[in-house]
Amino acid sequence: MNSPTRIIEVRQNVLKKNDVIARALRQRFHEAGVFVVSLVSSPGAGKTALLEKTLTLLGQRSRVAALVGDLATENDAERLARSQVPVKQIVTGTVCHLEAAMVQNALEGWTLDGLDFLFIENVGNLVCPSSYDLGEDLRLVLMSVTEGEDKPLKYPTIFNSADVTLITKIDLAEAVEFNAEAAKHSVQAVRPGMTVLNVSAKSGVGVKEFLGFLRSRRDHARAIAASQAADTFATPEK
Amino acid sequence: MHELSIALSIVDMAQEESSRRGDVAIRAVHLQLGLLSGVVKDALLASYEMACEHTALEGSRLIVEEVPVLVFCHNCNAKKPVHSLQSFCCTECGTFTGDVVQGREIFVVGLEVDK
Repeated sequence: MNSPTRIIEVRQNVLKKNDVIARALRQRFHEAGVFVVSLVSSPGAGKTALLEKTLTLLGQRSRVAALVGDLATENDAERLARSQVPVKQIVTGTVCHLEAAMVQNALEGWTLDGLDFLFIENVGNLVCPSSYDLGEDLRLVLMSVTEGEDKPLKYPTIFNSADVTLITKIDLAEAVEFNAEAAKHSVQAVRPGMTVLNVSAKSGVGVKEFLGFLRSRRDHARAIAASQAADTFATPEK
Repeated sequence: MHELSIALSIVDMAQEESSRRGDVAIRAVHLQLGLLSGVVKDALLASYEMACEHTALEGSRLIVEEVPVLVFCHNCNAKKPVHSLQSFCCTECGTFTGDVVQGREIFVVGLEVDK
């Protein structure tokens, strides 16, 4: 027989622990003046290839570093190390996404002061990473032209959690009869107003525009931080 | 499949709450789950059972209330439901908007305990 029960009202965010760490990370990133960009996509959409290109080119004028998440190997970090910038692998074991605590642990012993950009490459997965804030300023979601124009409609949650869509492997667009308009339409349907950029890490198409976009977003973030600091300074004591 | 780690967090939270209240026995956990949370209800229910094994919550139920997505429609100047996850437009006037105000929550809202 069921015993009588009563309900205790509580209101607790199940992801509170992750969100608290993510907030602390964001604060630390802002204080250090580093602009943090995360990359999510399905496996094989070209996160590492784009990152390799980005680190090499952006690293010529800015100080950049990267953390890369992977289930089992350190191959990506080895690949990215060729760009001669600090890179660290986060091997997640069987965990299918990065969490804020993993980023925090990976950054132990790192000095962020003086860094301009930190990139965080998530595990290749279009489902699980959407729920976890990593403290990043900007989340990029990548979809390659070989994946089909309706990818955003199939995975609306991850596209909705991201700030920018990068359509990758654009050099293959013609060969696979990729319909750019249909793809943009899919993105706008699940995330109205989202910026969409086309890139090819292989041919270099769109890379310059992509790097320019990152720099302008970084400058914008710094300008906001500076004006907030000025406001704080200008506020008279009461 | 991150539902198992979500389920483990729910069980941890419920156990902490129970011990704060003198180890009261928990029969059910009430959860609000946003449709944009990235968590699948059925996978979470299956994971919850596993997460409860060998804990004080073994045999308890997880009661999930799914929370629809609401956006702020600037045309209607009000919170409105979206047409669907594949079409983020106001059900009232059809204006597309990405201004999500509800639908990402994964909140424990109540614990059903013995009287």
